[in-house]
Amino acid sequence: MNSQTPARPRVGLFVTCLVDLMRPKIGFAAAKLLEDAGCTVEVPSQTCCGQPAFNAGDRATARDLARQVIEAFEPYDYVVVPSGSCAGMMKTHYVELFDDPEEQARAGRFSARTFELTSFLVDVLKVERINAIYEGTVTYHDGCAGLRELGIKDQPRKLLGHVVGLTLAEMADTEACCGFGGAFSVKYPEISAAIADRKTANIGATGAPMVVAGDLGCLMHIAGRMQREGRPVQARHVAEMLAGMGHEPAIGEPDRS
Amino acid sequence: MAVRITSPAFKANARQALADAPLQTSMRNLEVNFIGRRRAAAERLPEFEALRDAARDIKDHTLAHLDLYLTAFEDKVVQAGGHVHWAATAEDARTIVLDICKRLGARTVTKGKSMISEEIALNEHLEQNGVTPVETDLGEYIIQLRGEMPSHIIAPAVHLTREQVEGDFRRAHTHLPKDRNLDEAATMLAEARGVLRGRFLAADVGITGANFLIAETGTSVIVTNEGNGDLTQTLPKAHIVLASIEKVVPTLEDATTLLRVLARSATGQEQAVYTTFSTGPRRAADPDGPGEYHVVLLDNGRSRMLGTPFQPMLRCIRCGACFNHCPVYQRVGGHAYGWVYGGPMGAVLTPTLIGIHQAGHLPNASTFCGRCEDVCPMRIPLPKMMRHWRERQFEKSQMPLAERYALDAWAYFARRGWLYRPASRLGVAALRLLAFGRGRLRWLPFAGGWTSQRDLPAPAGTTFQAAWKQHVKARRRAAR
Ligand code: SF4
Repeated sequence: MNSQTPARPRVGLFVTCLVDLMRPKIGFAAAKLLEDAGCTVEVPSQTCCGQPAFNAGDRATARDLARQVIEAFEPYDYVVVPSGSCAGMMKTHYVELFDDPEEQARAGRFSARTFELTSFLVDVLKVERINAIYEGTVTYHDGCAGLRELGIKDQPRKLLGHVVGLTLAEMADTEACCGFGGAFSVKYPEISAAIADRKTANIGATGAPMVVAGDLGCLMHIAGRMQREGRPVQARHVAEMLAGMGHEPAIGEPDRS
Repeated sequence: MAVRITSPAFKANARQALADAPLQTSMRNLEVNFIGRRRAAAERLPEFEALRDAARDIKDHTLAHLDLYLTAFEDKVVQAGGHVHWAATAEDARTIVLDICKRLGARTVTKGKSMISEEIALNEHLEQNGVTPVETDLGEYIIQLRGEMPSHIIAPAVHLTREQVEGDFRRAHTHLPKDRNLDEAATMLAEARGVLRGRFLAADVGITGANFLIAETGTSVIVTNEGNGDLTQTLPKAHIVLASIEKVVPTLEDATTLLRVLARSATGQEQAVYTTFSTGPRRAADPDGPGEYHVVLLDNGRSRMLGTPFQPMLRCIRCGACFNHCPVYQRVGGHAYGWVYGGPMGAVLTPTLIGIHQAGHLPNASTFCGRCEDVCPMRIPLPKMMRHWRERQFEKSQMPLAERYALDAWAYFARRGWLYRPASRLGVAALRLLAFGRGRLRWLPFAGGWTSQRDLPAPAGTTFQAAWKQHVKARRRAAR
């Protein structure tokens, strides 16, 4: 894979609908990381990867959105996504959506070029240096889809390890789900919150004043629950930390601007 | 007749469970104990992953030729002097068992743990017809005292605290001194054993489940940690094995492969304490054993799963690993699922057995975290099959209307980028205003499901796509 990486790879950045709507900063952080690593970054027009429809049992909509995404990202050497969950959808489930062999093959070629951000930086670009300083301790939550569908575990930890001054404190059972689960958090709010409470207790027990993860969905859920509980722990996307944005307002904090 | 089904009330059941302090305490123990033990057991066995593949392949092969192996099994049982009864439905199975008990004039039957007997509500049926069933597995014995269903397929009383069980024993065992000490689990186990000893000796018929049925030899295999299975099947006049059709495996060798992944996945043991193979009734030279040996083969909707996307569910060996690792099960316990099978395997299996119209919540109440599939020794794609159920509900419009409308409205915009972008920009700008600079929203109309439990971080007020366009323009200007 690496030997085929073009001198200046052209990357199509799929920011995910949550980043697009709720926290554009993560998109900019991802773009900066990719450019620093020698990529040309472009952002083709996009809506959503289709995962909400897929998980709700609406295959037809999921398939249409997959087609839309595949089409928009055809021109790029790579498709990079700052989310294990959306990358998991695009990398492992798109192929399952199509019956037509030609469309399936096209989806397969798309999936092969698609990567979650930290996995792309570590596994494809072999990044060994990160230009960021952060004096402090953070704990890292493993998002389920990234962890189990894509095997993302070491990559974000390796990258965080390059941040000067940053200490990683692992929480208990970091592989346990935070209870977000997309629509699950809205359809079964009490169960979702009960699951989150174990996660936030484990986060709290590390003593780290910040939790970092690779998925904005998990982070909004964890941060929102910690704020409701009055736990003074900040939440940030791993891309923000790697891009040196660790001092900007955390998720759910007021903008100082 | 049948066990009461409360699956349609899953949400209310779950709410009740979340408020149940003893339940929450015991479920925490489950989580703490089982996850670490399974991991350690898997790590101790270098070939564990390869064994899982082999186990899956054995079951897939068997399911592809299920009729063949079942008939071969039947032939061998008959050769060994036993009887095989085919039960298409739960009712057929109940009738077959009761008929055997009646013919033998049975008053008491002892039972080794069998989920099938729960599935067909056998105890109620026997009681109504004058036969007293006695559960002999400690967990099952406890829940029988309480008139409950198991809340876990391998640890039926896992939802209870020691204090609750102590109360049950004091209530039920009135012949024992009131001031006896019951502070330890071991003391309670000894007390239950004492009580059960008399029942074992008095029983006319013993009923057990089966972990596996072996076609090659006509053998049934049962795994226990207390030895109660052995006593149940050797002491009485007759032994009835209750098993569903997918329990059959071709050879002894295959059964041992499955046994190797079963205990490790279930309890983190290398092997269960007792693994008992029984083939036919007592022979002339045998010192003990039952005079009659019957196997009741239950279908109850399983053959309908063959050849469908749900076929892989029939690989399940009931180890319970998916329960132990499921964040939803860990919080709400087994009774919330409202029927015999809970957890991720129940979320897939229950709709096939009692109908998706009753069990509709089950495949939906999952975060799709995927841990169940990750730990399932049989590599059953549980989330994928839950999604199959959701697809069927969607196709048949069995989704709650509000959800359907929300999904359709979202899909309308998501399919139309030219409309989505300006609309989403407007939406986040409005949301930002609603936050009044506080960074988060504590309440939001139409987002009650979210804001009932957590704050909603306020959006930045513009979308990334809009901001990126500005950024690119500014860059171009600067470059000029
Ligand atoms: S589905 Fe898998 S993990 Fe769950 S009980 Fe069955 S075999 Fe065990």
